[in-house]
Amino acid sequence: MSIFIDRDTRLVVQGITGRDGSFHTRQMLEYGTAVVAGVTPGKGGQAFETRVPVFNTVAEAVAATGANASVIYVPAGYAADAVYEAADAGLKLIVCITEGIPVLDMIRAMPYLRERGARLIGPNCPGAISPGQCKVGIIPGQICQPGPIGVVSRSGTLTYEIIHQLSGAGLGQSTCVGIGGDPIIGTNFIDCLEAFQADPATEAIVVIGEIGGTDEQNAARYVRERVTKPVVGFIAGQTAPPGRRMGHAGAIISGSSGTAEEKMTAFRDAGIAVMSRPADVVPLLRERC
Amino acid sequence: MNLHEYQARALLKDAGIPVPAAEVAESPEDAEAIARRLGGAVVVKAQVHAGGRGKAGGVKLAKGPAEARTTAQGILGMRIKGLVVQKVLVAPAAEIASESYVGIIVDRGTQSPVVMVSPAGGIDIEEVAAKTPEKIFRARVDARHGLLPHQALGLGFRLYPDLARARQAAAIMRQLYQVFGGVGASLVEINPLITTPDGTVVALDAKLVVDDNELDRRPDIAALRDAEAELPAEVRARAAGLSYIQLDGNVGCCVNGAGLAMATMDLVKYYGGQPANFLDIGGSSNPQKVVDALSIITADPNVRSILFNIFGGITRCDDVANGIVAATRQITLDRPLVIRLTGTNEALAVDILKGAGFSALTDMDQAVEQAVRLAREAA
Repeated sequence: MSIFIDRDTRLVVQGITGRDGSFHTRQMLEYGTAVVAGVTPGKGGQAFETRVPVFNTVAEAVAATGANASVIYVPAGYAADAVYEAADAGLKLIVCITEGIPVLDMIRAMPYLRERGARLIGPNCPGAISPGQCKVGIIPGQICQPGPIGVVSRSGTLTYEIIHQLSGAGLGQSTCVGIGGDPIIGTNFIDCLEAFQADPATEAIVVIGEIGGTDEQNAARYVRERVTKPVVGFIAGQTAPPGRRMGHAGAIISGSSGTAEEKMTAFRDAGIAVMSRPADVVPLLRERC
Repeated sequence: MNLHEYQARALLKDAGIPVPAAEVAESPEDAEAIARRLGGAVVVKAQVHAGGRGKAGGVKLAKGPAEARTTAQGILGMRIKGLVVQKVLVAPAAEIASESYVGIIVDRGTQSPVVMVSPAGGIDIEEVAAKTPEKIFRARVDARHGLLPHQALGLGFRLYPDLARARQAAAIMRQLYQVFGGVGASLVEINPLITTPDGTVVALDAKLVVDDNELDRRPDIAALRDAEAELPAEVRARAAGLSYIQLDGNVGCCVNGAGLAMATMDLVKYYGGQPANFLDIGGSSNPQKVVDALSIITADPNVRSILFNIFGGITRCDDVANGIVAATRQITLDRPLVIRLTGTNEALAVDILKGAGFSALTDMDQAVEQAVRLAREAA
């Protein structure tokens, strides 16, 4: 078992013929992901790597192949529309890797997705991987191995570092999800914690947060109230400077300065074991499992 | 991207918001001439991308043109949070009957714009919010419909008990929301929004932060960037496609990915060192970026050792290795370099580095510890 993606995931790649899209589609195919279709307007009828049919629209791709999830690699200026297109085609899981989508575009897209019952992961995220089953996005497959640890993170390469530590110690992963670092994201820590708690294959959870916002504090509250599995956490940015922040609204709205210290305290108060460095993940998990 | 107050005021004015006449000066003489044109007492305000200008002494009252000149002389060239003041705004000193706060921000929690107001505006607004949160009022906006008239008027009544001023405030809020959506702001603020003794509601100050992701499709807004108001090394880094923040430590850091970059800085501190900078070379792996990154790091005289921490995913380790080798041909590297590479094309990278006389580590803790030790020995 796993969360969000597994052996039954049938993936359509939006932007399959682009530079990033083609590179990562090859990697996903190599990993064994069922990439059943690609979409690039104007290239319908072609085949990618002689085996993945390319369509002009997501709706055509879904009708012809029975795709049930999408991954988006299209440039920032077109990515929000790509998200709408995937939702309009009836897909319930949309993973958006693209970085640089204006925040106000995402604010408008979110209620649209909710009304259609679609889950978005990202944008500006590395995607997800259920080791040994399916990889959607850009997380390097070779650093992962199947196992009982669920990983959820706001970061990209820091997630790889933690996964690398886990795999090095023989602690495999059920699913690793990079939820993305943008202010407005489709799937947050709580969504992942809820799914990991319900997933019988996940025995312990690693949460990797960073400074800014209050998502980690909300996650801590959720862990205290609803999560019975052991949780280990990390917050990046303990040495980040306070900065030359303009305006007051950020501090007023969150009632928080969003510092690493504040978030680590929230984690500890919720019974989450807090790492002081990435290498602590293995001993802390061993202590608690 | 931060706008200057004078730029934000111009955008507010274009949207129909009452903003007092004011002009920008780059010299004490200009400030004097503007004060003469405006007549009466003026306020001289530092135009700098940092909060807390007033508390830093960057906002001062001047009784007339001559005093405006000496005041401007004192503020121009001043440093506020590391940034040099190059421009001042000279504005008429307003008679203030009351001060309120109006701000619009993207709220991550509700995933919507939120308009916040408080009748207790002014420089201590954050303290007001922390100690007396009941004095902050907010309305969540459905971005598909915008700020509705009844929402704005409701907030207007939170600021003023009478319909006349509540209506003026409501109109300003709706115009401000137009600015917010129009430029793709992540924050817009009027603090203070004042009433004059005759009952007119006026915006006395304006702050505007634009979402960087909007700039590609809004060249008119992107053109407002004042590169001279930013730290030179940070401007250079942006031009090279790097994300860089200078700090005061002595271990120069070059990392791929913001989260790993922060975790690397944290680990430098864990081993008893201090990071000299935050530097994220981003997801792609153009060797030129590595060359630019190294020249920016080595330009900082405080740097005593340089640490590369690369986890190859999209970034290919061999590209980074080629960049390091190319950079050391262009710049004389007079400080020790510690390189940690792992992930995509790691073996290739190690061979490239070995050929050029460098060694590479694969463990993050080992590399950071070594970089901290070398910085300490060189200090």
